Amino acid sequence: MDALIEVSGLTKRYGDTLAVDGVDLTVLPGEVYGFLGPNGAGKTTTLRILTGLIAPTSGDVRVLGGAPGRADVLGRTGSMIESPALYPYLSGLDNLRLLAEYAEVPRKRINEVLELVDLTDRARDRFSTYSLGMKQRLGVAAALLKDPELVILDEPTNGLDPAGMRDMRRLIRELGSDGRTVLLSSHLLGEVQQICDRVGIINSGRMVAEHNVEELRGEQELVIRATPRNKAHDVLAGFGTVHQYDDTLRVQVDPQRAAEVNRVLVEAGIEVSELRSTERALEDVFFELTSEEKADVG
Amino acid sequence: MLGSYRAEVLKLRKRSAVWVLFGAGLVLSLIFGYLLPYLGYATGDENPQTDGIPRSEILRGMLPERVLDNTIGGYPIFAGALALVLGAIVVGGEYTWGTLKTILTQRPGRGAVLASQFLALATMIAVWVLGIFAACALCSIGIAAAENGAMNWPAPLDILQGLAGGWLVLMMWCLAGTVLAVAFRNVALPIGLGVVWILGIETLLAGVVNSLLPDLEFLSDVLPGTNAGSLVFSVTGMATADAPPGVRDAVGGGRALLTLLAYCAIFAVLAAWTTRRRDVT
Ligand SMILES: Nc1ncnc2c1ncn2[C@@H]1O[C@H](COP(=O)(O)OP(=O)(O)OP(=O)(O)O)[C@@H](O)[C@H]1O
Ligand SMILES: [Mg+2]
Repeated sequence: MDALIEVSGLTKRYGDTLAVDGVDLTVLPGEVYGFLGPNGAGKTTTLRILTGLIAPTSGDVRVLGGAPGRADVLGRTGSMIESPALYPYLSGLDNLRLLAEYAEVPRKRINEVLELVDLTDRARDRFSTYSLGMKQRLGVAAALLKDPELVILDEPTNGLDPAGMRDMRRLIRELGSDGRTVLLSSHLLGEVQQICDRVGIINSGRMVAEHNVEELRGEQELVIRATPRNKAHDVLAGFGTVHQYDDTLRVQVDPQRAAEVNRVLVEAGIEVSELRSTERALEDVFFELTSEEKADVG
Repeated sequence: MLGSYRAEVLKLRKRSAVWVLFGAGLVLSLIFGYLLPYLGYATGDENPQTDGIPRSEILRGMLPERVLDNTIGGYPIFAGALALVLGAIVVGGEYTWGTLKTILTQRPGRGAVLASQFLALATMIAVWVLGIFAACALCSIGIAAAENGAMNWPAPLDILQGLAGGWLVLMMWCLAGTVLAVAFRNVALPIGLGVVWILGIETLLAGVVNSLLPDLEFLSDVLPGTNAGSLVFSVTGMATADAPPGVRDAVGGGRALLTLLAYCAIFAVLAAWTTRRRDVT
């Protein structure tokens, strides 16, 4: 299968800031790819490059087999970058009408996308009178106007209430199962876990991991509370990678070996007050990866 | 390209600021072209001491014969400033609202988007010119009828030439507004600078050069405002004495025409070139 988006060695420099630093990224047809990272990680910058809005400092980028920003590539890509940017003095409907003119999309598609984001009733109101969530939904409707093969959404659930978030996530999942390819950025781990097939984690402009969501989540570990903690840490290191969270230690080890771990700790004269298995949440993985990254830099 | 043009026209048509500017231009033309002169005419007497201009001259200035003078006489300065504001709000708005990124990710390339924006502005300015002409024509008909004046119209070709010249003057200022808006990625600063330039600096420079530095006249003769005024002067064939501010015969009509066309081309190319090569964030 040919990749829909192929990025290698992508770098974008703003003066002294390296916003994106050697990012490699591959998005396959039909998948929902989550681009996860904290504020300032370089998500928006990368997506801007993919939509041809800004030129990379270096690196290779191919979107739908062509250079980003080329008319035929743009015509097959729907995007919302950063925030929904539409004309405040026009109604939602007029905003979509004019984008349909630009994109050479038939008029009837406008009603379809309004229906999709549930804005048909308010379509004739001015965009400036919309609530934040309605603006966000209209932005997504605008991105879907072209019935695009590739949908690029930058933090699409930004500003939505819980119900709005649920609807938006469902909509994105549906886009994915329709055979469309979706690339979305987010700093919400649960969101990516819920809707994405694959996730790339970016921090300080660098990709720190790229995994299937299942693969990331499936890892099990043991949570241990023991004193003295430093000694316990050394002993546990013999079983697998150990991470410290507040006053607990987490070891990446098969939970079936819990009894053995307990025995070794006790034999070393360590008091164990808690020992349980847990499934690593994406959140933990994320913090692990990004804090390691920070440690490297610092 | 046609789709982008229709989109741009829709944006202009539905934007109230565009019509407010047009309304201001229209009202100014009517006030200075007809209302104030008519008040002067109606209340004045034949006493030559009151002012220099005889009443019959005032009346003549309001009749259909002189409709072009009133339509485009204010273009080099007042309507020009309004056209500059139009260019600045249309292009600058794309930056302040962030909508540039939205339209540049639809399908057409950056050059095509900007070209359709310019075409739509050119269309809107043509509407302004025709609208002001129609209003002035109606006023002059009314005054001619009321005061038993002559119903002599300029030759159709003269009308065409006058309106085209007026359109070019406004288009030049409008493009100046767009290029400033692209340069500053904003609305307010371009408007401020542009309007200060049109209303103040050009006149000031021309005055200084005229009185103190006659050797530098060749410089003031290439300024956009000077050429706009000269083109209007040449297409209306006004007398120097009753020409409105900014309208004078600094350079010949042909040269003014070429200079204005060059300014239009430079502004358009500069705006398009900058937009094409710059990051849109
Ligand atoms: N136009 C610009 N000029 C200078 N620096 C910039 C510019 N755009 C982005 N940056 C810098 O690049 C880095 C990455 O920014 P980016 O907007 O891509 O982050 P992000 O991952 O989208 O963050 P967020 O989650 O807050 O949206 C930041 O340090 C930012 O300050
Ligand atoms: Mg961002």
